[in-house]
Amino acid sequence: MIHKFKLSGMNIVLDVNSGGVHIIDDLTYDMLDNVEPPFDENCPEAVIKKLSKLYPAEEIVECYNEIKELYEDQILFSEDDYEKYALTSVASPIKSMCLHVSHDCNLRCEYCFASTGDFGGGRMLMDIETGKKAIDFLMKMSANRQTLELDFFGGEPLMNFDVVKQIVAYAREEEKKYDKHIRFTITTNGMLLTEDKMDFINEEMSNVVLSIDGRKEINDRMRKRVDGTGSYDRIIENFKKFVPMRGDKDYYVRGTYTKYNLDFSNDVMHLFDEGFEQISVEPVMAESSKPYAITDGDLPKIFKEYEILAEKISKIRAEGKFINFFHFMLDLDQGPCAIKRLKGCGCGNEYVAVSPDGDIYPCHQFVGIEKFKMGNVNDGSFNYDIKDDFARAHVYTKPDCVKCWAKFYCSGGCNANNYLYAGDIHNSYKISCEIQKKRLECAIMLKAVQLMDTAE
Amino acid sequence: MKHIKTINKADLKASAAKGGCGKCQASCQSACKTSCTVANQKCERKA
Repeated sequence: MIHKFKLSGMNIVLDVNSGGVHIIDDLTYDMLDNVEPPFDENCPEAVIKKLSKLYPAEEIVECYNEIKELYEDQILFSEDDYEKYALTSVASPIKSMCLHVSHDCNLRCEYCFASTGDFGGGRMLMDIETGKKAIDFLMKMSANRQTLELDFFGGEPLMNFDVVKQIVAYAREEEKKYDKHIRFTITTNGMLLTEDKMDFINEEMSNVVLSIDGRKEINDRMRKRVDGTGSYDRIIENFKKFVPMRGDKDYYVRGTYTKYNLDFSNDVMHLFDEGFEQISVEPVMAESSKPYAITDGDLPKIFKEYEILAEKISKIRAEGKFINFFHFMLDLDQGPCAIKRLKGCGCGNEYVAVSPDGDIYPCHQFVGIEKFKMGNVNDGSFNYDIKDDFARAHVYTKPDCVKCWAKFYCSGGCNANNYLYAGDIHNSYKISCEIQKKRLECAIMLKAVQLMDTAE
Repeated sequence: MKHIKTINKADLKASAAKGGCGKCQASCQSACKTSCTVANQKCERKA
């Protein structure tokens, strides 16, 4: 399978199964519509006849031979033989956890997937005993995995920061006993960030995700305080103080775009202009009936906006400056292995979320949906059948993914989005897929620009 | 080549043969939380 596209003045073809990427001329672009394996020794007369209206016959033959050579090198039209590896994704240890230390929030963001913080289950904070049980669960279920991940999440986790600190202290003791290491991260809206909290986070957390949507008027339209006023002024000040204190540790400023700001490249640029270099801005996930929801009709504008964003980023980099946009990150040579690419985020199998009362769910977006409750860390219950269902949700069990060129990049998409908006974890949610594919084209194009000088 | 410039020769097939160690980050833990992009994660296997 191949995927070819035109972007930023370049013709690009991706060989889906090898991951090979090639920049091609117009003749090759047109020829790829007319040839496929098995390749004859010589260019078929019918192909020459068809293309000779536009190109010299000699060039057509030359081009055919180049395509054939790349096919023989298995970096064009290479075979898909990964399905056998998909079976190995069953029964993975659980090594990542999203710990909901607070089902309460000090903001009332209109688009919140967590029902403004409580996930529909009432406002609640996790107690330290449940936090410790969650760590015990992770230690036990991670089996031989040594590097573990735990994200403090909410609601707003800073509303329960004393418990965060106690959980970290407990986990640091436990990891020694089990010869493991937990990478802590935290996702926060920044309202309660104080210098002592920043110091603790910088000491203990390998990454922080800082929520802000971009321009003040965009952020404040959705990200409101309880009294209805905007959050921008407080959080931008806190984040601008916090990020330099991180030193070389990771962070992301992370925003959500909605139907109200389909010109979201301006929000990415606003965050860059405010001094942030690690940026993620993502489409809102919401039922189509919501006024701010992204709908099919928005897609052309969104595609164009990603192209504009890619051009802006390319220009910034050409000036020798650094900017990283999360969804344009792509390492064409050293990225994740094919096995990782088959099974995506690993939710429900390698990754779980734990609610303040100890209930276990496949991920943070499933929290509160009773049929996906996998157990509870306090009573030791755990439903392995649900885990197995998620382990088997990979690109070869999702009908739309099997035939999709992007399957080894998004790896089957977000199971929660699939369930919430397409009815089943195996059904692809079309809007997410279309946006994902556009982002990937832009990411590949940016890589092509970067690597063009070293291309063979 | 005259008509085609190969910008990478990434071999996903080779990565499958020695992959699957499971040491890499769960993709949702990095920044997204509402979508899934796996290809931007790092391989953490040491050689």
